[in-house]
Amino acid sequence: MNRSVVLDLSKLPPHGLGTASLTWWGTLAFMLIEGTGFALSIVVYLYLMSLAPHWPLDAPPPDLLPGSGLTALLIVSLLPNMLIARWARQQNLAKVRIGLVIMSLLGVAPLFLRVLEFPAMHISWDQNAYGSIVWVMLGLHTTHILTDLVETLVLTCLMFSKHGDNPRRYGDVSDNAMYWNFVVATWLPMYVCLYWIPRL
Amino acid sequence: MIVRDEVEDLRDTALDEVQLDRRLSETWSTPTGLWGALSTVDHKIIGRRYIYTAFIFLALGGILALAMRLQLSEPEARFIGPDRYNQIFTMHGTNMMFLFAVPVMEAMAVYLVPLMVGTRNIAFPRLNAFSYWMYLAGGLLLWIAFAVDTGPDVGWFAYVPLSGPQYAAGKRADIWAQMITFTEVSALAVAVEIVVTVLKQRAPGMSLDRIPLFVWSMLVTSFLIILAMPAIMIASTALILDRLVGTHFFNPAEGGDVLLWQHLFWFFGHPEVYIIFLPAVGMVSTIVATFTRRPVFGYLAMVMALVTTGVLAFGLWVHHMFVAGLPRLGESFFTASSMAIAIPAGLQIFCWLATMWAGRPVFKTPFLFVIGFMVIFVIGGMTGVMVASVPFDTQVHDTYFVVAHFHYVLVGGAVFPLLGAIYYWFPKITGRMMSETLGRWTFGLIFTGFNLTFFPMHILGLQGMPRRIYTYQPEMPWSGLNMFISLSAVILAAGFLLFFIDAIRSAASGPAAPDNPWGASTLEWATSSPPLPYNFARLPVVGSLEPLSNNSETLSVAGGLSVDRRELIVTSVVEALPEARESSPGNSIWPLWSALATTVLLIWSIFTPWAVVWGSIPVSIALIGWFWPKGTPEDDT
Amino acid sequence: MRTALVLLLSITATAAGGSGNQSALNSQGAPAIHVEHLIIGITVVCAVVWLLVMIVLGWALLRKRSSDSGPPRDRPLTTIVSSAVAATVVIIAALTIASFYTTRSIGLPGNTALTITVRGQQWWWQVIYADANPAFSFQTANEIHIPVGQDVQIQLESADVVHSFWVPSLAGKQDLVPGRSNSLLLRAERPGTYRGQCAEFCGLQHTHMAMMVIADEPADYQRWIAAQRENSVMPTYADAAAGKAAFLSKPCAACHTVRGTSAAGTTGPDLTHIGSRQTIAAGLLETTRGSLAAWIADPQTLKPGNNMPMVPLTSVELRDISAYMESLK
Ligand code: HEA
Ligand code: HEA
Ligand code: HEC
Ligand code: CUA
Ligand SMILES: [Cu+2]
Repeated sequence: MNRSVVLDLSKLPPHGLGTASLTWWGTLAFMLIEGTGFALSIVVYLYLMSLAPHWPLDAPPPDLLPGSGLTALLIVSLLPNMLIARWARQQNLAKVRIGLVIMSLLGVAPLFLRVLEFPAMHISWDQNAYGSIVWVMLGLHTTHILTDLVETLVLTCLMFSKHGDNPRRYGDVSDNAMYWNFVVATWLPMYVCLYWIPRL
Repeated sequence: MIVRDEVEDLRDTALDEVQLDRRLSETWSTPTGLWGALSTVDHKIIGRRYIYTAFIFLALGGILALAMRLQLSEPEARFIGPDRYNQIFTMHGTNMMFLFAVPVMEAMAVYLVPLMVGTRNIAFPRLNAFSYWMYLAGGLLLWIAFAVDTGPDVGWFAYVPLSGPQYAAGKRADIWAQMITFTEVSALAVAVEIVVTVLKQRAPGMSLDRIPLFVWSMLVTSFLIILAMPAIMIASTALILDRLVGTHFFNPAEGGDVLLWQHLFWFFGHPEVYIIFLPAVGMVSTIVATFTRRPVFGYLAMVMALVTTGVLAFGLWVHHMFVAGLPRLGESFFTASSMAIAIPAGLQIFCWLATMWAGRPVFKTPFLFVIGFMVIFVIGGMTGVMVASVPFDTQVHDTYFVVAHFHYVLVGGAVFPLLGAIYYWFPKITGRMMSETLGRWTFGLIFTGFNLTFFPMHILGLQGMPRRIYTYQPEMPWSGLNMFISLSAVILAAGFLLFFIDAIRSAASGPAAPDNPWGASTLEWATSSPPLPYNFARLPVVGSLEPLSNNSETLSVAGGLSVDRRELIVTSVVEALPEARESSPGNSIWPLWSALATTVLLIWSIFTPWAVVWGSIPVSIALIGWFWPKGTPEDDT
Repeated sequence: MRTALVLLLSITATAAGGSGNQSALNSQGAPAIHVEHLIIGITVVCAVVWLLVMIVLGWALLRKRSSDSGPPRDRPLTTIVSSAVAATVVIIAALTIASFYTTRSIGLPGNTALTITVRGQQWWWQVIYADANPAFSFQTANEIHIPVGQDVQIQLESADVVHSFWVPSLAGKQDLVPGRSNSLLLRAERPGTYRGQCAEFCGLQHTHMAMMVIADEPADYQRWIAAQRENSVMPTYADAAAGKAAFLSKPCAACHTVRGTSAAGTTGPDLTHIGSRQTIAAGLLETTRGSLAAWIADPQTLKPGNNMPMVPLTSVELRDISAYMESLK
């Protein structure tokens, strides 16, 4: 078959940013998958609650302090997270490096509070179905904090390495920031569900 | 930004065809040898592997079916005992659904979608490699377990509490649950790749209304996978936790609920059957268009039907639970929603009929399978409408009537189009034609054998024969039909055997195929058979729904891409306007390591929860190796 | 084709009528009769639709095409396709309404005079006739007697996994779900024995989990009730008496209840009137002295994996115990 060139692409940028980036869409798709998982875990929680004679089952409502502290911390972390996304867009290596270090710390900090959250539930996973779903929801969210933390740490190393100053890496940094927004955003309904619904 | 030393960036516009092919081959090809085979990220090589593997699982699952038919051929037969029989039907169902039907559709998409949208590789090719290895590992896990008498024996939907800690001792149910995880991970990975490939890598000019129907069907299917699979993820995780660490999700004594499992399973399980069916619909549309020599009638209606089916699919799961004791009023809603599926399904049937009427049919083997599909699938759809009625279903639920229904829709609705699709795309994939004579014989045997095997099952079901029984007593009036069914299954098996023989023989020594043997009009036929590693030397530019039919002598293409790195184009979602040139990742062994590390973690976690902690370390290392830039032109712009 | 289908259905209906008595097409009770009408109605409608589609398919493929006229226009096709879709909407709406009214006409269990509790166990049916007066309450297994022409509520519970209660000639099925209680309306218009079978896969011996529903004329039913309320009969023959002693001294009594004796186990079926039941071991064998002996001698060969172990007995003990079991009318 003959080919006739009808379109010249030589002026296109060699790498897509934002919505022109494939990884951006990939991240979005994975967020959709995991968001569905989070939503379903809340549905399971509500379903079990609807069957129970009283709720929580054989336990007092959870203590508010650790969970609320964690929520506050996560919300605060959004600010540097937004900034880092902006710096990545500006391809400002120095600021991105600083931002990544801060975000790494802000990834570690919630884990300490999370460790306190489990006992604050006053129930263990193997006591009854309430305990099971509560632990699984906390566990599910913790894995997301952990995965994002590992990714942030790796990116931090990358940005301090010779591979750092590259539009592709800046794209990765802003995708990572988007993912952290997601980790925070999904926590909010879970927080309401875990801490406030038992108090209704 | 650090200033790089300017490398001479060679563009395809500077090269003639011969030079261009040489340079692109250097950049894109997979090295020969074992290392190359293990580290390739070429969607065609991986897609082909995926297809072969899925068909091997079809053959294995079919052999299990024959074993069941042998045992059921006469009353109180003693070929297979209850324990083994229960493993066999569970293996048959699980294998056919999770290791054959869903993966084979994804496999076809992995191979075809990048070609049909006119790009050079699938999005996230390393994820694609990873997904194949995960699929293979899951399949091996299941079959090795079965070989050592640890195959799951709780049915393909593994209802609790039968599959729970109290009633399913040993590791059989864990094998089932973990095999699910393997196939979920691989299915989700492919779904993400397809979505991004279709949304962002279409050839310039392939606006939404110019996407081939098969690609549309895979796009909708991928969204179904993304939204449905998390439900089974949650369910199987909860099951493993119940079994391993003593949670109580499904234990009514401690506030759990047995029906929670059924809801979660079928919230996934119903969309699952459309995950199998919708790609087949896309194949039918493709074949119909080619062999009636006109575009499918009602393109927009077809797309709407796909989307509607996809949306409705999430509102029907309760029709698998009509006798579980849910409130009757709620059940009536699910009767209505289930029957409503007949509207988009009917719309598609009517559009194909209109296409056939208006076109000029050519009765080649792929088209014969489509005709067989029409005959059989409509019966299956009708029985679907029957079981959607609550009172009707209270009589036939869990009987051979339902077994008949789902084989009519699965085999008639999905396997027939698939076989047609294999005959259709075989020349593209292998560069050789399959035999038209053997194709007709295959079709004849499978069509006859299928109907003789499965139609009588409707009657058995109405006569009160439950499913999943390993034998029955001679007093029951079922022995004659069962013998008939078992004999017919031999005809069916002969048909499949002939198919395998034809495929293997043709792949080795069939006549060479031209680029476009059927005179089709979609982009995969615009390249050589089989396609070169880079798919298209110059990426096509699309101006209509049928890019090859308007001026079949010349193909409009785009120029200006770099040949020194694996480069393709990112286009906008709606109009497919070029947005950027983008590099596609090169070969890498890390997806294989990641899959191995994940496999170790998942299998180990059947035995101890600590596996998740320790096993995640090698997984993380492998993933870091995967993503860490290697300084290649693809990694560093 | 349509006639063929109706013919096929009626052939199977007659075939099923003769033997087995376990067929949705051989309905003998109001709920099943309503459903059978619906089944036939929907099947005929669907068969007609299928036939029409096939006719159009054949015509579309084989019609003569004039070589000169250009490609046919799409406009008339659009009209035809839209009308077909509209017809589909009408038909499925009608089918939905028909099934809704069938559900309504079957009625709901609840306000019936008689309630029987059935508990599914791996792999047999525990049947409980509870009475306000505990002395009148009794249990049996795998065999349910109901009075003819009367609505009976079956209360469905499970002791272990999910089972499904299904006597196709009398009513559609309903699951027995652990932790929940379901109910089903059962009714027989004619006296007779109706076979049923567990329909939800429940493990190793799901295959052998049948039960008999016996519809009696009201007088017979009362007689049966009265007999069941009685304690077990005293063995009159020597072998049966020896069998009773052996039964009570062996592990049997740990699992089985025989009212009127010290045997009060609850793991297995109540054997107080085992000799009066038509079958043993959930429809596995007809009740005869021989089959009882075969069962007791080696339950694991007859029904592999079931929850009754093989209890080592001498041949004399075995003969005596079987005689005793048979005598428990
Ligand atoms: C490819 C897979 C596939 C497909 C496409 C379908 C399609 C449909 N299925 Fe099926 N189904 C299964 C696979 C599939 N099913 C499986 C695997 C099971 C069993 C799982 C198990 O228990 O193991 C099952 C079980 C199942 C049940 C549960 C039965 C039970 O367990 O008791 C129900 C109940 O409503 C149902 C309904 C339907 C309906 C209404 C459709 C509709 O989509 C059909 C629509 C199509 C048509 C109706 C034909 C074309 C339309 C026309 C020509 C227009 C004119 C039509 C009319 C006027 C009616 N299916
Ligand atoms: C796509 C899915 C699919 C496919 C294709 C099939 C195909 C077949 N199925 Fe299956 N089936 C299911 C999905 C499928 N099934 C599911 C989901 C269940 C429910 C399981 C459960 O209850 O949990 C089920 C259950 C099921 C039952 C009910 C079991 C029971 O309830 O006890 C039966 C019984 O007859 C049956 C029969 C068959 C037969 C005869 C075929 C035939 O079509 C098979 C024909 C194919 C062959 C015979 C292979 C031929 C190959 C060769 C001869 C070898 C070639 C050589 C080489 C090159 C190696 N199937
Ligand atoms: C560990 C418990 C156990 C012991 C001990 C036991 N049985 Fe059973 N028995 C069962 C169970 C459970 C069943 C139901 C089996 C089935 O149908 O799946 C049963 C069924 C029966 C039946 C058939 C009942 C019916 O209604 O169909 C008879 C008769 C019987 N047992 C007699 C005996 C005798 C006699 C002994 C002693 C020699 C004995 N059993 C010892 C548990 C036991
Ligand atoms: Cu009980 Cu099947
Ligand atoms: Cu369904």
